[in-house]
Amino acid sequence: MKHRDEPVTEIVLGSVSALPHVSELDRRDFLKVLGGGLLVCLTQASSWAQESGRGFGGHELPKELSAWLHIAADGQVKVFTGKVEVGQNIRTSLAQLVAEELRVPFDAITMVMGDTDLTPWDMGTFGSRTTPTMGPQLRTMAAAARQMLLEIAAQRWHVDPAGLTAAGGKVTDAQNARSLAYGELSRGEKLVKTVSSEERLTAAPEWKIAGTAVPKAEGRDFVTGKHKYPSDITRPEMMFGAVLRPDGFNATLASLDTNAAEKLPGVKVVRDGDFIGLVAPDAFAAQRALAAIQAKWNVPAQPSNKGLFAYLKNNPENGRDDGPQHVSGSVEPALAGADLKLEEQYTVAYIAHAPLEPRAAVAEWTDGKLTVWTGTQRPFGVRDELMQAFHLSPAQVRVIQPDMGSGYGGKHTGEAAIEAARLAKAAGKPVKVVWTRSEEFTWAYLRPAGLIEIKAGAQRNGTLVAWEHHNYNSGSAAIGTPYSVANQLIQYHAAKSPLRQGSYRGLASTANHFARESHMDGMAHGLGMDPLEFRLKNLTDPRLQAVFQAAADKFGWGRLKSTPERGFGIAGGVDKGGYVATCAEVEIDAASKKVRIRRIVQAWECGAIVNPDGLRNQLMGAIVQGIGGALFERILFADGRILNPHFAQYRVPRFSDTPQIEVVLVDRKDLPSAGAGETGLVGLAPAVGNAIFAASGIRLRNMPILHYA
Amino acid sequence: MGDFVLNVNGADLRVSAPAEETLLSVLRNRLNLTGTKYGCGEGQCGACTVLLDGRATRSCLVSVESAAKAKIVTIEGLEQNGKLSAMQQAFLDEGAFQCGYCTSGMILRATSLLHERHNPTEEQIAEAMEGHICRCGTYPRIVEAAKRASRLLAEGANR
Repeated sequence: MKHRDEPVTEIVLGSVSALPHVSELDRRDFLKVLGGGLLVCLTQASSWAQESGRGFGGHELPKELSAWLHIAADGQVKVFTGKVEVGQNIRTSLAQLVAEELRVPFDAITMVMGDTDLTPWDMGTFGSRTTPTMGPQLRTMAAAARQMLLEIAAQRWHVDPAGLTAAGGKVTDAQNARSLAYGELSRGEKLVKTVSSEERLTAAPEWKIAGTAVPKAEGRDFVTGKHKYPSDITRPEMMFGAVLRPDGFNATLASLDTNAAEKLPGVKVVRDGDFIGLVAPDAFAAQRALAAIQAKWNVPAQPSNKGLFAYLKNNPENGRDDGPQHVSGSVEPALAGADLKLEEQYTVAYIAHAPLEPRAAVAEWTDGKLTVWTGTQRPFGVRDELMQAFHLSPAQVRVIQPDMGSGYGGKHTGEAAIEAARLAKAAGKPVKVVWTRSEEFTWAYLRPAGLIEIKAGAQRNGTLVAWEHHNYNSGSAAIGTPYSVANQLIQYHAAKSPLRQGSYRGLASTANHFARESHMDGMAHGLGMDPLEFRLKNLTDPRLQAVFQAAADKFGWGRLKSTPERGFGIAGGVDKGGYVATCAEVEIDAASKKVRIRRIVQAWECGAIVNPDGLRNQLMGAIVQGIGGALFERILFADGRILNPHFAQYRVPRFSDTPQIEVVLVDRKDLPSAGAGETGLVGLAPAVGNAIFAASGIRLRNMPILHYA
Repeated sequence: MGDFVLNVNGADLRVSAPAEETLLSVLRNRLNLTGTKYGCGEGQCGACTVLLDGRATRSCLVSVESAAKAKIVTIEGLEQNGKLSAMQQAFLDEGAFQCGYCTSGMILRATSLLHERHNPTEEQIAEAMEGHICRCGTYPRIVEAAKRASRLLAEGANR
């Protein structure tokens, strides 16, 4: 009896379109194109059980397919996943995992990603989930396919499959000096089988393709300009759209005059309820027509940066508090008996993702079917948004996600897709909408601002005895302390945000780590202990201990003594299966008090490493991106308006902000691979803040810290 | 609308556009040369950088009318006979990109820098590239790529 959630693999061999039970999928053009070959589908045991309970060989595949893999007659392998590539390098790392298990060269793999007509449903690409979930799923399918190919070959040759080996895209019978390529084996009779998931996965120490620094898939297209991003897509007869934005959030339209715009050649103004947009024959004409629209708006009075944190604390979401996430022991008496007590407030500002490619979409209606090319981390979520907006069925909407100019958690939604679809419907032609930088800063969503309050107590010998941590609005990710503390109260307080907020790379993990690790540093100094020693004394998690030690060793922690001009700080933590420790060296100019980060050493461990080069690149990027939120990024707003919606006003990290960065990878081949997209950010801000304190004695408790220095 | 002849990547291309339309808009939306990217439209991010008479220039700040007098090179024009330029090869070898959206502008700016200064220091590279944003934070590798290209050119690679 299989465990309910244990994945099983269904093997379908032979001509796909000829199989009776794929009728539900048969409408999908690509399956017809794929024709024969080996198709492997991964599903969940629960749905499998339902299907088999009705007697499989019934009429459709289980609905909860999570990925497909197809081996064509020419040996080329296509892997279908709803995950999307946004620069985090999963097009490469997932293909490595498949190549490894299937025993084919890396170049034999083509990843088909984020296309709602071609790939199985997927929740979206976020939460550092691709490597720990999609990775094992694809490996399972590939391993099952490999086993199937071995068995087919054994049948053909009438030998024991145990004597055969799969390697280099073929099955070899060494004893009889013969081999058959996968493509040849995949031509055969119809065959349906379930395979249990676990026994055949190749252990990381044996990896030959996974675990190596394979260069980015299709890398050449990125240095030649050939790669087509969402904003690069064009369609025959395509027009260009633009959308009229209100003067502020929650504004109502007072008056509208579109006469001048409508007189411009080829321009059509589209009004649909609150939506006012237009299409024009070219992008320049669209912007000119937009500027010709006269609109007056009433913008209600709204909160601003001033008083924001008191507002967040005093305005719980739904007017109520949901209670603590975690309670152990009793904090108040433990605090009363502690030798050292420290109580502080920390804040983080709203910040913008500012992906270099703003939201963009091209929409096309053909015979009642809507196709949209757009940049999103959730193609199936955007399909749902389009279905709802236009009252369509899933079969009537296709969302295609070309590898995009990144998102960092900022592109979960389908605003531009809906706008382009609405305009295309009205125009009767395909329409492209590309948001301006100012639109992206203003009308996308932001990383939540937050207030964090911590009360903590320790004994004179450095043992933590009490920890109380409240987070208002910024979120609950990594809110729990990784340190051993007998008495804890941990609580996230959802608040009414005055600005639209949503996901962000690392989300609340950054805020919670900033507060906790700054507070830990304050405790260490209060006790007169070395900050690393204090942490290690209260840690029992060997993985976190190991990254702290690795970072400290590489940095030279014990040998470095802070001075007023030069400070050294350390911070670390764990979230989403990734362990991080960060050491920072800052320089403070004696005269100007200007702070500059000179050097960062970051140790990282996320189980078995799939691609060390991609991982280093991603971690270096996380450190650089973290510098922005730590030092200077912040959204300023008042009365429903973003006051700094331009790169000239909203400072992001640039070349001159980048310190010397050393990444120390701890490769744990004995542990499952976790995602690395987010948690690499969280050590930077507290490490830098702690280094500034070590040099200056000034504790900066508000991110971005340079605005409060 | 005016009629212009743009010399792009060695070819004379005819285009009809308003004289004040930006070169960026004309390249992307009228000539379908989409390797040149829109990032801000305000000269703040460098994603739209092209070479005008060999000098890195933000195409979002140049009108098509003024660009008509210059030799324009876009990212699509660097590869010669299937061979990448030294800077393209260096970016590829260093893996100096993540999402790659800033890469065209970065490569053209760094190409322009090496025209002016064959062997720049890291500080000189960073200074020259300061106007370019990589939100993925690949700056250290971009500096390494520029240094690598400088070495490749010294060894006689194609510019």
